[in-house]
Amino acid sequence: MTTATTVATPRAASFPASGATLPRVIRSEWTKFWSLRSTWWTLLIAFVVTVGFATLIAWGASSNLDKMSPQEKATLDVTNLATAGVAFGQLAMAVLGALIIASEYSTGGIRTTLVAVPNRLRVLLAKVLVFGVVAAVVAVVASFVSFFVAMTFWSPHHLAASLSTPAVLRSVIGAGLIAVLSGLLGVALGTLIRHTAGAITSAVALLFVIPPLTGLLPGSWGKAISIRFTTNAGQRIAEVIHTPGQLYPWAGFFWMLGECVIPLLIGAWLMKRRDA
Amino acid sequence: MIEAKGLTKRYGDKLAVSDLSFTVRPGIVTGFLGPNGAGKSTTMRMILGLDRPTAGEALINGRRYSSVHAPMQLVGALLDAKDVHGGRTARAHLNALVQSNGLPKRRVDEVLAMTGMTEAAGRRIKGFSLGMSQRLGIAAAMLGDPEILIFDEPVNGLDPEGILWIRNFMHALAAEGRTVFVSSHLMSEMENTAEHLIVIGLGKLLADMSTKDFIEANSAGVVRVRTPQVEELVAALRTAGLAPNLVDGHIDVLGTTTDAVGDIAAANRLTVHELYAQRSSLEEAFMEMTRDSVEYHAADATVGSAQ
Repeated sequence: MTTATTVATPRAASFPASGATLPRVIRSEWTKFWSLRSTWWTLLIAFVVTVGFATLIAWGASSNLDKMSPQEKATLDVTNLATAGVAFGQLAMAVLGALIIASEYSTGGIRTTLVAVPNRLRVLLAKVLVFGVVAAVVAVVASFVSFFVAMTFWSPHHLAASLSTPAVLRSVIGAGLIAVLSGLLGVALGTLIRHTAGAITSAVALLFVIPPLTGLLPGSWGKAISIRFTTNAGQRIAEVIHTPGQLYPWAGFFWMLGECVIPLLIGAWLMKRRDA
Repeated sequence: MIEAKGLTKRYGDKLAVSDLSFTVRPGIVTGFLGPNGAGKSTTMRMILGLDRPTAGEALINGRRYSSVHAPMQLVGALLDAKDVHGGRTARAHLNALVQSNGLPKRRVDEVLAMTGMTEAAGRRIKGFSLGMSQRLGIAAAMLGDPEILIFDEPVNGLDPEGILWIRNFMHALAAEGRTVFVSSHLMSEMENTAEHLIVIGLGKLLADMSTKDFIEANSAGVVRVRTPQVEELVAALRTAGLAPNLVDGHIDVLGTTTDAVGDIAAANRLTVHELYAQRSSLEEAFMEMTRDSVEYHAADATVGSAQ
């Protein structure tokens, strides 16, 4: 490090006045997003885990085919199995979503950001857009790769699904979209909780720990809550063969969308009000 | 120009900043002085729209900061040098800031050179010393070539060379007609840096005056006199209605002048070996002023220490 003892300040009225507009804030957030190693690692993990589990499940299920009853074979949803890895990739997306905002609060970087861009909602919107687009691309690509890999295991048994079937295409894309929704819930929790560890823990609880436990809720109300609870609802869009008693694909998707967007809106409102 | 109008911030029962009003003018360095916990950082955060005032408002060139059009060209701020994500390189951090306000990309190299950080640009911030972080913070503040600069304790963690650099830097900025508002808890630092002082203690305004006036108003003069006839002079000073203090073989007299003490000695035909006025240092004046408003008093030190 060299030390300048004389001060030369290029007092440049030499560049025109420029505001912190949304496209500029998006560019800035894009740079911030990709300049952290954690981003690359988390996206890589999301991809590898998604495809890895899909391969494992397809391999395991296809080799146990002869042990299945005819009834089991009839309801075998190879597409849904092919994208089952998304449930794990989703976890990485939720972590990344939480990190993108909570890490700024944890490090204090949010104050530097908000002095440069005082419009807080613009900052949050830019983060959501940058994360949402990247998460969607990575998750949907991972979902398609999972599908093609899994189908190589089913083809020899003449059970492979085809993307020309609308329900199959919707299921493969939908599986990727659930991962995006999980990520958005991570962003919402990061905005609400503002601590990385707290935000990640609650995202894991809401997406993975609590959903299976809601099955224990008694009565018709319990059932109504359970089928609509985050991933319980969201995962329906990845089904080609409908599971009785559960929501239909798009209904499930929109329930989960709402469950992610509402906390995000509350987070945005709080972000505007709270001291940074 | 920065204006605080009845700025107040309450955290629960604690009043961090209380009805603070002042104006920070362009063209000079204005020091914002107060003991730790006086509310300096809170005030700066309210000026920058980071904290919401409980009452009152802060305006920058007549507008609230949250509604300005080109934030980085209006204000450059260094609050806490560690307010950055340590996982990025210095260059990536500055690039993102430049992009957020649509500033020319060349500004990144310019401010890196200005702060002597060019060689550290490719390193991750988490490995930086506090001094380097301060320089990076100043570099970031200068990206927009702003009209107004707000620095919170900028010399923290800097070596003497760095402190001198900052001092010259702030003078140069003010000389260019910018508004420079800089906080410190050290009077000695402000004495050499600021032309105008805003002093607060426990969130309340204690003084808003030029540094020169502040020194004159607050440094009580002590007349110090050395004489071989100590007892006689003490008696003579008492007779004249003064309150002499015997200290280490010399006499200190408060609230008088060297002329008066000399006249008293002459009138009583007493020998004087030394006679001079001693001004208390600015640090003492500052401590005197803020004594009642220091949040945490240290217990009297029994072991001598520099602090």
